[in-house]
Amino acid sequence: ARALTPQTAETDAIRFLVGTQSLRYDNQIHIIDFDDENNIINKNVLLHQVGEIWHISTSPADKGVLATCYNKTSDTKVMTCAAVWRMPKELESGSHESPDDSSSNTQTLELLCHLDNTAHGNMACVMWEPMGDGKKIISLADNNILLWDLEESSAKAVLSSSAALEGKGQLKFTSGRWSPHHNCTQIATANDTTVRGWDTRSMRQIYCIENAHGQLVRDLDFNPNKQYYLASCGDDCKVKFWDTRNVTEPVKTLEEHSHWVWNVRYNHSHDQLILTGSSDSRVILSNMVSISSEPFGHMVDDDELSDQEDQHQEEKIKEPLQDSVIATYEEHEDSVYAVEWSSADPWLFASLSYDGRLVINRVPRALKYHILL
Amino acid sequence: MAAVTAGSGAGSGPAGSPEATGGSAGSGGWRRPHGPLQRYYGPSTAEAAEAAPDPTDINGPHFDPEAFMTKVRSECPLGQLLAREAALGREIRALDSDMQTLLYENYNKFISATDTIRKMKVDFRHMEAEMDDLAANMAAISASSARVSAALQDRHRRSAQLAGVQALLRKLQALVEVPGRLRCWAETEPARALRCHTRARAILRHYRHLPSFRAIEDESHAIMADLAQRLRTRLRCETLDPKELTECVEMLLQLEEPAEELSEEFLSQAGARLEAELATLEAELPAADPSGTATTPPPPASDILDFVDRGSSAFVGTLCQLAGSYRALFGEDTGRLEPFASALATRYFALLERRLELERGLGDTSLLVRALDRFHRRLRALLELLPAGADAAAALVARAARERVDRYLRALQTFFLGCLGDVRQALAAPRPPGKEGPGLPDLLAKLATSVLGQLKAVLAYVQLFTARDVAFASLPYFKGEFCVTAVREGLVVAFVRWLCRTARGFADGPAERGAPAAPPALLLLLARLCLDYENSTIGYILTLTDEQFPPQDSGPAVTPGPALCAEARAAAQRLLDHYVQVQGAAVAQMLRKSVETRDWLGTVEPRNVRAVMKRVVEDITAIDVQVGQLFEEGVRRAQSSDSSRRAFSVYSSSRAPGRYAPSYTPSAPMDTHLLSNIQKLFSERIDIFSPVEFNKVSVLTGIIKISLKTLLECVRLRTLGRFGLQQVQVDGHYLQLYLWRFASDERVVQGLLDEVAASAAHRCLDPVPMEHSVVELICERG
Repeated sequence: ARALTPQTAETDAIRFLVGTQSLRYDNQIHIIDFDDENNIINKNVLLHQVGEIWHISTSPADKGVLATCYNKTSDTKVMTCAAVWRMPKELESGSHESPDDSSSNTQTLELLCHLDNTAHGNMACVMWEPMGDGKKIISLADNNILLWDLEESSAKAVLSSSAALEGKGQLKFTSGRWSPHHNCTQIATANDTTVRGWDTRSMRQIYCIENAHGQLVRDLDFNPNKQYYLASCGDDCKVKFWDTRNVTEPVKTLEEHSHWVWNVRYNHSHDQLILTGSSDSRVILSNMVSISSEPFGHMVDDDELSDQEDQHQEEKIKEPLQDSVIATYEEHEDSVYAVEWSSADPWLFASLSYDGRLVINRVPRALKYHILL
Repeated sequence: MAAVTAGSGAGSGPAGSPEATGGSAGSGGWRRPHGPLQRYYGPSTAEAAEAAPDPTDINGPHFDPEAFMTKVRSECPLGQLLAREAALGREIRALDSDMQTLLYENYNKFISATDTIRKMKVDFRHMEAEMDDLAANMAAISASSARVSAALQDRHRRSAQLAGVQALLRKLQALVEVPGRLRCWAETEPARALRCHTRARAILRHYRHLPSFRAIEDESHAIMADLAQRLRTRLRCETLDPKELTECVEMLLQLEEPAEELSEEFLSQAGARLEAELATLEAELPAADPSGTATTPPPPASDILDFVDRGSSAFVGTLCQLAGSYRALFGEDTGRLEPFASALATRYFALLERRLELERGLGDTSLLVRALDRFHRRLRALLELLPAGADAAAALVARAARERVDRYLRALQTFFLGCLGDVRQALAAPRPPGKEGPGLPDLLAKLATSVLGQLKAVLAYVQLFTARDVAFASLPYFKGEFCVTAVREGLVVAFVRWLCRTARGFADGPAERGAPAAPPALLLLLARLCLDYENSTIGYILTLTDEQFPPQDSGPAVTPGPALCAEARAAAQRLLDHYVQVQGAAVAQMLRKSVETRDWLGTVEPRNVRAVMKRVVEDITAIDVQVGQLFEEGVRRAQSSDSSRRAFSVYSSSRAPGRYAPSYTPSAPMDTHLLSNIQKLFSERIDIFSPVEFNKVSVLTGIIKISLKTLLECVRLRTLGRFGLQQVQVDGHYLQLYLWRFASDERVVQGLLDEVAASAAHRCLDPVPMEHSVVELICERG
């Protein structure tokens, strides 16, 4: 399984969606609820019969709406398509049925619309407009960027604009992210070793990081709090942080993994926390204080009322916070293809490996208090 | 009896003394009666005491005639008595005659004495008269002498006066002659004129109230002023050599010209002269080009040694001479001299520095050293005078030395880069078929020896700076700091560091930013070079350096050898890792492309191993050869060669079906992974991009791991048809067949290929594996 996403619109419950990949069976979308207080995982299964799921994303506005990229396999051809779905109402906000029940009577997703890609090639991923009302999505198909408007309560997808990447050879987007900054007018895409930025209004390229990685770029993410900062990862085992205003040099480079890095994610609220998943079966949580939006090493404002001594101690403790690896999680036995932060709890994240194992972890408590206090 | 008594009483005769009968009877006439007489008149007290009262001793002073008589009467018989009486009578008579003789003799003497006295009385009276005469004469003489001298005194005085006048006149004559002489000498022998004037001056000054003397003085003054004037003009306009100058000023000083002014003049004159010398020196330097170094300065006309030689003999010599004479002339007060000399010296230093700057090239170091040495030696004399200049000069020499060392470092670096360029070219040069190009070991050896040789040569050159016969080598700077800071740290350590850095640069820098990446063989070569440095060369170089430039105990801290070794090792590790990554990436790229571009669904039944796999094996074999040239074999996990075949057959026949099995069972999809998960629990985790060891097997294992992992990940991204799976199976078997021998642990290869097969099966729509025998057949045929 490769597809994992938090339920973006859900802000109370910790919920992840996982898409399965199976060629020979009906594929499913598993809705994983994690009860933080009782440490119980609750699972609901939705059938996704059209094909194996390569990418999944949820609407930021409507809890019940999600989009998948899936493989449609015929005898001689594999085609990756994308569609927008709605899950049954009762599952939208999570259910408290027993796992046995949910697995026995699986429910089916309701197809809202197809994103017609017959002219554009294989869909690599679907991105929802962050902060938006769930009306706009962008999909990457081979070398095309397609901007869709969902109309009639998502029942119909209209291609509003598109852009194609021209160049010699077979260019193919591997992934992309929609920037939450600049009024959601920028996206970044990755193809081969290059990272490109696009303006969604004009659908023109606005920046280009040539040779961002020595090999294929696998994933990108925007810093949610600093508008020009971008993280990328790739087959050269590195995670790089870029300032998109200066594309010649990375701001910072991490080399912690021993194989391709498939995923990089900023924490939604504390952007010093970086999560990376790699095919060396490890998930690494890093603390990049130096390039985060957090003021470096102290928060005096909060402590102004407390007496001086406390403040001193406070600062002493905060001082040693350096860029560092916080933890390496080695629970997975196979390559980790997806990592995601929960949208509800900023201290919680999930990681998914090839063998289908989903692991939910928390940020270490000490660090959490360190950041909070 | 009475007669006897009377006789004996009133001068009785000698016959009466009985003692004469004894000893004195036979002796001569005059001495015999002397004794008794003497005894009578003056008996010694001793005698008196001794001769205690013996009243019977007739010669004794206590003679008692009664007692004697009584004794004689009572003791002596008559005969004896008579005899005695006769003897006594005889004695008395003898005594009487003696007495008479004596009396007579004495009387005669008295008479003659009285006569003599009377005669003397008469003589004295005569003499007195003569004496009076004499006194009178003497008085007359003295009176006449006084008269004579009184008469002569006046004359004498006059003659003395005349002599004085004559001397004075002679002196006056000399004085009068002074102006003439002065005039005469002033033209030709100013020094003599000056001496003359000095002698005359005091007198003239003393008698200046006399008009005539004043005239002389004035005249001589005028002459001397004239002389002074002339000297001054000479001082001002003529170019004098320092000796003349000194003389000139000395004379002027004697002429009581104001010292202040003179010293100023002297300095300005000397300054002009020195300036001229500096200008000569400067003329040799190419004009400073304010517009920058648009045109390369022409090569200097003379070499540096010549320049310094002339500079020091002309400028420094003159400066020393002048400073010495200044001191002699104006005393020890050097308040004016010091700034003057230091200003000039500073200019000279500046000139020299400019000249030194011209020594851009590496030129002949020995020449430079000799030049600096000469400079330093010459300057030493001057430095006693100018303590501040000592530091400046030492600093200048040190700077020059430091500069030279830096230049050597740069030259070394350029040389190394040149060598690297050669190596690159040799590597890149197309090799004519059949003829092998130079092997990597040859290249490495050539590179290492040439770099080391160059380094040694440079050290030898630099050592000239500290040679024993070079004067400035004994400066504390050259003894301590130069050895340690400049040579050891600045040259040797910096070079090794730079070498490591450059080597690392090949690994770190260009790979990602699209710059032309270094050829992998070069990386390998550099890795080996760094490793060699770590193992032996650094130690050797440092020992050599420490021998040639013994560090001082209290010197600044030096970089220890182990730190450098660690640096070199890190660089080597980094390079080798990078080599593995580059080669791995190359192979992986090939595999990735081959997997991505193939239509795995629609492929036909495999008949051959895909060409790309053969290529992979070929490439890895080539890498094996390449690495083998430079690195040792390394240890592989002990397993005999045929065991691998067996292991592979085990994998193919028994394990593979076991792994594929779950795919057929209609259980939940999760079960598929369960088995493989359990299997993985027992196998080690494989780090793909992990540091490798410095041996061939480790390097190749690294490359193979990277390649196979790529294959695995790529296969997982595809959807395969039945024949696609079979093709993967064939390819995997082929790889297994040829790659195991390169890897340190064939189980790694096997495990990865297992996973590839499992993933392929998982990604297959219709997983029907090929018969193992067919697979083997195809592989062997291919």
